Amino acid sequence: MNARVFLVDDHHLFLSGVRAELGDDVDVVGAASEVDAAISMIRERRPDVVLVDVHMPAGGGARVISEVHATDPDVQFLAISVSDAPEDVIATIRAGARGYVTKTIAPAELLDAIGRVCAGDAVFSPRLAGFVLDAFADAAPPATDPELEQLTPREREVLRLIARGYTYKEVARELGIGTKTVETHVSSVLRKLQLSSRHQLARWASDRRLI
Amino acid sequence: MCSRDQGRDHRAVPRTEPLSRSDLSRPVEGRLVAGVAAGIADCFGLDTNVVRCGFVVLAVASGLGVVLYAVLWGLMPSAEPGTPRRSEGRTAEPIATVAFAAVVLGLLLAVRAIGLWPGDLIVWPLAAALVGLALLAMRTTGGADAAELPDWAILQRLPPDAADAVGVLVGTRRGALARLVAGTLCVAAGVGAFVISVDSWNALRGALVATVAVGVGLALVLGPGIMRLMHALVAERRERILADERAEVAAHLHDSVLQTLALVQRRADDPREVVRLARLQERELRSWLLGGDAPAANGAASLGAALEDAAAAVESELGVPVEVVRVRDCALAGNEPLLAAAREAMVNAAKHSGAASVAVYLEVEADHATVFVRDRGKGFDPATVSPDRRGISNSIVGRMTRAGGRAEVRSAIGDGTEIELVLPQTQEVSS
Repeated sequence: MNARVFLVDDHHLFLSGVRAELGDDVDVVGAASEVDAAISMIRERRPDVVLVDVHMPAGGGARVISEVHATDPDVQFLAISVSDAPEDVIATIRAGARGYVTKTIAPAELLDAIGRVCAGDAVFSPRLAGFVLDAFADAAPPATDPELEQLTPREREVLRLIARGYTYKEVARELGIGTKTVETHVSSVLRKLQLSSRHQLARWASDRRLI
Repeated sequence: MCSRDQGRDHRAVPRTEPLSRSDLSRPVEGRLVAGVAAGIADCFGLDTNVVRCGFVVLAVASGLGVVLYAVLWGLMPSAEPGTPRRSEGRTAEPIATVAFAAVVLGLLLAVRAIGLWPGDLIVWPLAAALVGLALLAMRTTGGADAAELPDWAILQRLPPDAADAVGVLVGTRRGALARLVAGTLCVAAGVGAFVISVDSWNALRGALVATVAVGVGLALVLGPGIMRLMHALVAERRERILADERAEVAAHLHDSVLQTLALVQRRADDPREVVRLARLQERELRSWLLGGDAPAANGAASLGAALEDAAAAVESELGVPVEVVRVRDCALAGNEPLLAAAREAMVNAAKHSGAASVAVYLEVEADHATVFVRDRGKGFDPATVSPDRRGISNSIVGRMTRAGGRAEVRSAIGDGTEIELVLPQTQEVSS
């Protein structure tokens, strides 16, 4: 069965482009170009995956994600954006997106990412992996839950390979582990990214603009 | 920003250039006695009635006002008949008015100390009443005021006089209402204090009441004007910043994005070129949006920024997208061999691998910097590279070894190529 996909983007040209690209491999059950319309339509149609633009007026993708998650936690989100600004990407992930890809992504890779998000896995583009490595670079601060505040060496290895442009399959082969294990590591990193309270994560993002 | 601010400043700040005799002259028009008060008002940006009140107060207090007036009459030349008054269409300057009031008050206190004094209970209430009268008589019309009528539909339908009256009543005319109220209060307080103190009340209390009334009146009159001026300045400044920003964005978009879009339209028949142009523009716009690549900590260019530049150059030259991911950064100084080797690796990958894109990864750690250049192209067997393909062995491996680092090439037929470059670091890492 094809994944039921919903598109949210305030750029109409992009909406129709993605729709055409995805073709028959997924069911596009709807599209919205405004935050409020998107929230109500997603609640009504309950798609499997929502492709959501990071930058939109009235709260952006992060608001769509957090509001829908409050009522329908089963809907998965994949952020798609032209923005490479780390603070935007991190904010969207922390709002609950399962991954982040750029709009220049090839159609086949986008389909692959949708399938992965649909299955509950995380999608890390090389750039996102780079951001995360950067954000978790320094030693963890004294925190209530130290496990959340630091990446394990294995997770770092996986992220590094993804940042170098490896696919999950290639990462698995390089490290001599199963693809499923790679996915587990990435999901665990995503969880840490979303739940970590380390204030550096926020500060790091804003500092990036200043250096 | 300068011209508009200066335009405001010359009205708000009293003139400071030295006076000449011709500055202080008795105008022909608007004389009541000899034009001394009008001349002083013109010269210092005061209201004529305020100056007249000052003279009257001083005259009542000790006769000093009369003496001063006579002396100034003798000293001030009469203006040429027909010269327009300088105060034409100008409103009194608040600061100058306060200064004038302070001078009059100072003179009053001086004569009081000398002893030529008819008594507190006469002078202070009279002074308060006169100040109130002066406030009431102050110019409230003028060019600038007309524009300050509120933009209400109902005002458009009223005759101009009625509209003016409404404007005064609702207090939008330069605090006209406030002035009206304050002036009336001052007069009432002055007269009241006089009446009460004549009835054998404590003269000191009468004086106090009158003085407080004067102070409150002045604050009420001047306060709104000063507030308005400050608000106007803040609003103007904000607007100007916005306008400047918008102009800068427009200029940038015009120079970059619009030019590229025009090029794209003209090259629509060449998809490869269109993609190249689009990528080039995207990269440029992105770096501009992110505030550009600021220099590393010590002010020098950073390795990461240089690597991005190199990637952009390779991309636009060879038409293969090169994506750079960076984790932390460091100064370029000392890392030139690493940069050159990485550039060579990118060129190799873009030229020979046949891959659709090249991935570059830079990570800077405490003691070394690592660059990975990876493609998913056709790959090759490193063991069988012909000796004439000097690129890799010489420019990359040789260069890195000479610089004290190392390079490792991993490739297999059909499996793409990855080149790892490592250079030890001595300098500080920046994020």
